Amino acid sequence: MNNHSARWKYLLILATILLSMLFVMPNFYGESPAIQIMPIKSGEKIDTSLLQSIETALVKSQLKNTGLILENFNIKVKFKTAEEQLKAKTVIQNSLGDKYVVALNLISNSPDWLSGMGALPMYLGLDLRGGVHFLMQVDLSKALEKTTASYVSQFRTKLRTEKIGYYDVSKNNDIMQIKFKSKDELKRGKNIIRDINDNFDFQEIFINDEIVLKVIISEKTKKSITEFAIKQNLETLNNRVNELGVAEPLIQQQGLDRIVIQLPGVQDTAKAKEILGRTATLEMRMVNEDNFNPDIFEDGNEDQVPVNSEIIKDRFGNGMLLKKAVILTGERITNAGPGVDQQTGQSVVSITLDATGASIFKQITRENVGKRMALLLIEKNVAEIVTAPVIKSEIGGGRVQITGMDNPQEATDVALLLRAGSLAAPMEIIEERTVGPSMGKENISRGVQSTIWGFVAIITMMAIYYMVFGVISVITLSVNLLFLVALLSALQATLTLPGLAAIALTLGMAIDSSVLINERIRDEIRNGNTPQASISMGYKMAWGTILDSNITTMIAGLALFMFGSGPIKGFAVVLVLGILTSMYSAIFVSRAIVNYIYGNKRQVSKLSIGEIFKVDNN
Amino acid sequence: MEFFRVKKDIPFMKYSKISAVVSTTVFILAVFFIVIRGLNLGVDFTGGTMMEVSYPNAANIDDIRQTLRDIDLEDAQVQNFGTEEDVLIRLPIREGLSIAEISEKVSAALKLSNNLMEVKRVESVGSQVGDELYEKGALAVLFVFIGIMLYLTMRFEWRFAIAAIVANMHDVIIILGFFAFFQWEFNLTVLAAVLAVLGYSVNESVVVFDRVRENFRKMRKTNVAEIINNAITRTMSRTIMTHLSTQTVVVSMLIFGGEILHNFALALTIGILFGIYSSIMVGCPIAMWLGTNQTNLAISNPESKKENTEV
Repeated sequence: MNNHSARWKYLLILATILLSMLFVMPNFYGESPAIQIMPIKSGEKIDTSLLQSIETALVKSQLKNTGLILENFNIKVKFKTAEEQLKAKTVIQNSLGDKYVVALNLISNSPDWLSGMGALPMYLGLDLRGGVHFLMQVDLSKALEKTTASYVSQFRTKLRTEKIGYYDVSKNNDIMQIKFKSKDELKRGKNIIRDINDNFDFQEIFINDEIVLKVIISEKTKKSITEFAIKQNLETLNNRVNELGVAEPLIQQQGLDRIVIQLPGVQDTAKAKEILGRTATLEMRMVNEDNFNPDIFEDGNEDQVPVNSEIIKDRFGNGMLLKKAVILTGERITNAGPGVDQQTGQSVVSITLDATGASIFKQITRENVGKRMALLLIEKNVAEIVTAPVIKSEIGGGRVQITGMDNPQEATDVALLLRAGSLAAPMEIIEERTVGPSMGKENISRGVQSTIWGFVAIITMMAIYYMVFGVISVITLSVNLLFLVALLSALQATLTLPGLAAIALTLGMAIDSSVLINERIRDEIRNGNTPQASISMGYKMAWGTILDSNITTMIAGLALFMFGSGPIKGFAVVLVLGILTSMYSAIFVSRAIVNYIYGNKRQVSKLSIGEIFKVDNN
Repeated sequence: MEFFRVKKDIPFMKYSKISAVVSTTVFILAVFFIVIRGLNLGVDFTGGTMMEVSYPNAANIDDIRQTLRDIDLEDAQVQNFGTEEDVLIRLPIREGLSIAEISEKVSAALKLSNNLMEVKRVESVGSQVGDELYEKGALAVLFVFIGIMLYLTMRFEWRFAIAAIVANMHDVIIILGFFAFFQWEFNLTVLAAVLAVLGYSVNESVVVFDRVRENFRKMRKTNVAEIINNAITRTMSRTIMTHLSTQTVVVSMLIFGGEILHNFALALTIGILFGIYSSIMVGCPIAMWLGTNQTNLAISNPESKKENTEV
């Protein structure tokens, strides 16, 4: 029946409150429009000379900044108005050229010492700050298919150069099959294939006269292929997002075969989609000029197309018979740029291949002088022949020129596509959520208003109904709100509109603990206990119930966190954190306040907990 | 101030047969509407595209419909959203058009016919994602049910757990029944509200059951119905205060929260109101009929005995 709190408890509560206040502070300073400058290639230097050149550029155009910040990987320039910010963006972009990403951003105005200790404003979700969210599905089966296709062509070349007799190399999904002329050749072939990749599983089949080697890609290799494909797609998306100039993009793998992209502040969704959604891949294949027969281009003659070939059209709709075997894919391209052919003055794209690509290309061109090679762009599963030049001579060194561009713009576009567009596997947007900037602001004010008015109504009710104990409950609730906002700021958990609703809701639910305590104390008084004993018993009896009821809500919160996504996850985070802070404040803080008020008095004749109705015959 | 100035316990359990009839009827009605009318599922679950656009002046819905018809999107649903200036457009998934293309096509066409139009919000969900969200939502509900059941079995005993879960299920089905009857849109945010209600309304049962258990220890010779009546009556004041507070916040959300939080707040309101009723008039009678008594409560919770001796 001791209603004293130990001194350390008061100190702990005071300390948590002060710390929370510190972490809440950044939320009140507001934000300034700013420009963020980052190098396009990671590793590029960001230094004071760059800072100076930005400053001179701004001074020249008479734009006043309110702060230049040099950070490890970027430079931020603050402005007073959004207008200046927009003008400055053009100025800076023009003076720095395209080596840097120049993006619009908002920077917190909180003083440096606060940011220095990691106290930042709450991290707003896309529905509150505006922006685009995309979920992309990566077609990994295509990545596997592509890899097997390139293996098949590697097998062919290797077997041919080693002069090993085989009839045919084919593939069915990810199982490749080679028909050899003899068992001895199969043995030698197997060793050669092992050299290419020693993770293959083999299966030898001898039926009738056929000598077949099945080459199976092991699960381990498959996994590494798909992992690599996702990684490469992530990288490609990073490059593309840089092009968009977004200050704090989020590009992340989700699950096995999905990628989440969040672009805060992006308004031109059409452009964002166009740049992100480009799914061009490049393939080089030989034109099938042997047994050429123009009939096959007629409708209804599909069955006359040789099995190893298919008809693909160019952009004018003219068909061409191409072999299915892929010589090279876009993965082998290390660089691509627009240019002009010195002799013809035509727009061209020059590409550079990596070492493997260069050696394959050299060999193919040597073996096929005088034949035609086609270059295909595959966009959204539709293949189109860009150009199909005749190979004039062996091309070594891995530098290739693609002719057939209509104008410099097209050359630039194709080069960009080849450079950034070398997706290892095609992707498709399967979820889009866009919130306009005005909507974001509206959502914030809606959420905040709901919370404030709900809060005001509750504290009025509590104070009237429970008098002094009501005021204690109100203080407890306010402290709870402080803790919750501080925790959200400190953890930098994403705050969404449902999250804001959860703040309001947990306030409504947090009061339950106080109500339970107050009602218990009233009960004890009703039963004829002394005020001090009633306080002590009230808290004791209420504790179990508070725990039970909070844990059940916690279970719901955890389920939402585990199975929810996006805004719903935001709701769950706040709900769970809100339960924790409300338990701490109801049990710990409110008890300390009560003890502070009543615990030190020797004689308390009456508790101010509102009027208590007594049942006489109890 | 004291809301409940009752001298004698209110004989709630005397009305348990009537309430059983009422509950069952409402429950069956809810199920009936869910089956017959179905839930008006939002794009989160069905897949498709939802766009909120706004105009500086009152929007001309017919014009917008015509514009969409012109670009072969005649299956678009167009309606005002909250205000005269705001318009909500809903489009189903289309074969051959990716979800990214649909929203772009619509905004381009609308911008062309009135370039003051502003796209405020786009939610586009592919059918595969919709199915997954649906599945995950169902899993979440299941998880919560099982989690709460296990916890209550542990803390109390299985009779209480079943009683609380049935009361809870009753609430959830009734919320869904309302959404089916009025064809309010059921989306992810509403689902979050339903789950919050699941966690929240079980509180109510927990508080009452806690009292019932305590009464079993204190009031040795009273019968079960009287013990439950006393528990409910004694916790009535807390029930009113707590729910009044929570409902106040929810009302504040209804007023200030805008269209996005509107259905969320509606689901909470129904959940809170029926939560009070069900924990008293559904949960308690079921616990009683399942044969809750002194012995099985005492055995099931040795921990509480300890507490008892301390007091």
